[in-house]
Amino acid sequence: MSRVRHFDWRHTPGLAPLTVAILAFLYAPLLILVVYAFNASRMVTIWQGFSLQWFVAIAHNGDIRSAAENSLIVAVAATIASTLIATAGALSLERGRLPFGQGLVGGLVAMPLVVPEIVVAITTLVFFSALGMHNGLFNLMTAHTVFCIPFALLPIQARLRDMGGTLEEAGRDLYASEWMLFRRITLPLLAPAIGSGAIMAFVISLDDFLISMMVSSAGSTTLPVYVYGMMRLGVTPEVNAISTILLAISLVFVTSALLLGRKRRAT
Amino acid sequence: MGRRSALLLVAPAVLVIGVFMLIPMFIALGYSFMTANPYGGVQAPMTFDAYIQFLYQRDFDDSMVFAPDYIFIILRSITLAVATTVICLVLGLPVAWYIVCQNEARRRLLLFLITLPFWINTLIRTYCWILILRDEGLANNLLRWLGLTEKPLPLLYTDGSILLGLVYTFLPFMVLPIYSTLERIDPRLIEAAYDLYASRVAVFRRVIWPLAKPGALAGATLVFAPALGSFLAPDLLGGGKKLLIGSLIQMQFTSSRNWPFGAALSIAITAVILLVMMLRAWQAPRREVRL
Amino acid sequence: MNKLMKTVAGMVLATSSLCGVERLAFADAGELHIYNWTDYTSDEMVKKFEKETGIKVTIDTYDSNETALAKLKSGATGYDVMIISNDFVPIFVKEGLFQKVGAGQMANFKHVDPRWQKRSWDPDAEYTVPWVWGTTSYSVDTSVYKGPTDSLKPLFDPPAELQGKIGMFGSPSEVMSLALVYLGKPQCNENPADLKELNALLQKQKPFVKVYNSDGTVERQVAGETLAHQQWSGKALATREQKAGFKYVYAKEGVVGWMDNVAVPTGAPDLENAKKFLNFLMDPENIALQQKSTGYQSAIAGSNKFLPPELGDSPEFNPPADLKITFAPSCAEKATRAYDKIWTGLRQ
Repeated sequence: MSRVRHFDWRHTPGLAPLTVAILAFLYAPLLILVVYAFNASRMVTIWQGFSLQWFVAIAHNGDIRSAAENSLIVAVAATIASTLIATAGALSLERGRLPFGQGLVGGLVAMPLVVPEIVVAITTLVFFSALGMHNGLFNLMTAHTVFCIPFALLPIQARLRDMGGTLEEAGRDLYASEWMLFRRITLPLLAPAIGSGAIMAFVISLDDFLISMMVSSAGSTTLPVYVYGMMRLGVTPEVNAISTILLAISLVFVTSALLLGRKRRAT
Repeated sequence: MGRRSALLLVAPAVLVIGVFMLIPMFIALGYSFMTANPYGGVQAPMTFDAYIQFLYQRDFDDSMVFAPDYIFIILRSITLAVATTVICLVLGLPVAWYIVCQNEARRRLLLFLITLPFWINTLIRTYCWILILRDEGLANNLLRWLGLTEKPLPLLYTDGSILLGLVYTFLPFMVLPIYSTLERIDPRLIEAAYDLYASRVAVFRRVIWPLAKPGALAGATLVFAPALGSFLAPDLLGGGKKLLIGSLIQMQFTSSRNWPFGAALSIAITAVILLVMMLRAWQAPRREVRL
Repeated sequence: MNKLMKTVAGMVLATSSLCGVERLAFADAGELHIYNWTDYTSDEMVKKFEKETGIKVTIDTYDSNETALAKLKSGATGYDVMIISNDFVPIFVKEGLFQKVGAGQMANFKHVDPRWQKRSWDPDAEYTVPWVWGTTSYSVDTSVYKGPTDSLKPLFDPPAELQGKIGMFGSPSEVMSLALVYLGKPQCNENPADLKELNALLQKQKPFVKVYNSDGTVERQVAGETLAHQQWSGKALATREQKAGFKYVYAKEGVVGWMDNVAVPTGAPDLENAKKFLNFLMDPENIALQQKSTGYQSAIAGSNKFLPPELGDSPEFNPPADLKITFAPSCAEKATRAYDKIWTGLRQ
């Protein structure tokens, strides 16, 4: 009996509308936020014409500027530190032979992703105060570096895994030293993944709220913490405007990171 | 790469995370056994008070009374986290499957679209829902405009709004791991099933789901853990009426001035999550495809 | 890779130079770091201070006394002045978190109204200078609620039209102090019978409460999210200005009074500048600027004549002479623990 069933298993009815609905669910709220940032009326949900006034108000706000500065400084420092550490770690995990549990190291590195943020925030606060570390910005940079490491590590590790070791093997056969191997073969191939990891770390650091709120001290308020303060004051168009700006920044960076991290066809 | 260079390279990562995550956890463990300083901080006598407080409290007339308040809060947080995980799974699995069934270019686009919201500030994403759900917000305005309701419905500041905020935040976390597992399914398995006259449902039940399970479990862990400890959604969307673990812990360090109890709660919740992860790791090996 | 490095290096350089420029401009007179409640520092007043002294002012914010205490207790430093409510001042002093600044000997101290020269939480004005003071009660939308507005009853035992639209503060001490005033019981209560009554009252009110949150009360009232909200007098004024029809209720049971105070944390980096600021605040014209932006009374004699009439003559600003104002003192540990127990039970 050879009845051929023409059945396209790839085509399940109802999934397409469901996916569209879910994408709409994910994006509609953001769209609403952006649209109302341009609303001329102060009553957030009644549309009264297009206006840029809230963005202008934000631009004149000195507190927002200094919060943004702080966010930027901390994010850049945390990105540099975490990307360097993550690159080294990824190389070791994927190319090295560790004498003991690679699983253990993997687990340790994944810890910041798993432990609830509030626990990390509180224990970090307690730790810094027990140590007597009081410099606001430095504390923030350290705390941010810790949770940025796993995010920077992921793309780099994935890329190393995809690359396989063959090119490096070939290099070794040709008597290249480890350092030359790294500089001439591994690094150039890894560069986009490192870039992608760095950008992800940057975005994660910029976005962080809970840890920054708990750990911050004088003069080290970051932008999300400031915006949270604004949000607590109520739903206002200024909040919509600053949120739209943050949204735009995240979008730009994440899109470039994802573009950088795309799998290249093997040349 | 030699062993020594491997060790050297991985040392910074291990050191940084070890020092700034493990040690604080141990300090928290230590704090949980100390007495609360009434004005914040901890003081000398070591005691089990913080752990006893989970179950027993001093009533107004100073008698020790069984007080399930905290247990309720913990249970409610776990329920909410489980509900979030289940809903994300129910919504995420079909979406992941749909993406897998598309061609390469479409897949990339869809994955990009699904992942993008995850990278946007959680604060902003949660705030959007306040805009929508409040009494004068969009949802209510829409309902009234459509003539379906007269007075605004109390949509915000409920368990439902917190659940909505949590699902909204964590859905991408669920789609990605399931997708990466589904992507590896050999299409011949499915075609073979169809050739053997299996219906769609049977194919799903017998072929797709068992193969997708590891991805689903990974996604479930990625959603359950942060949902349990989440602070923003309950804080902004809960209106202060519903305490969840995240807010409860934060409260211990501010208005309650009971650091040891806050530390005990943190240790407890981390333990629960580690337990869940270990359970999952223990289940994982059974995923080889037997063909 | 090189391009990436260059961009990153460029960004770092650019940001650091930005910071450098700002610091240079004020390098002579120094800085002042203020730690205050959100939305509670008058821009106008700060600018006047900056102009007169050349000191650069930065402001960090917190949302409650408890958060500020937790922050300072865990070692956060760098703040030069803090504004704290009266009931927390003794706690900070006891914990050694404030330093003596001899406010009573400062040049402008003579302007302080005689009524406030000896404040029970800082009798010799060693640590603090008054900021502003006000009352806590509630405001209600009289276009929806037509009943009597002379009591705290509609807040704690709401009629049908207010049910589900009540807002209370998010801080246990503030909610309980108002509730105790309503019940006519003493503050910082440790009496088990009284505590049980307090608990019962709040539990009964709970189903009708929409939010427990101290921030954004004005916005919530104006947007119609709540119809009656526990509020401070200045915020009630702001509410009425944005939407007519709101009335701030002076209840026959009484209202809670509070005074915020400015103090200098121990180890403040710019002690001299802090003292200058404290002195600056005791000048009637300066404190009037702060009053203007937040709508509260000052403790400085003669500051009211600098205020615009909409503020100076408003009912929120002028409580009736026979009003019972209870200043909540700082509570001992037993009361705090009892309050915490009630508060947790309330919100679970």
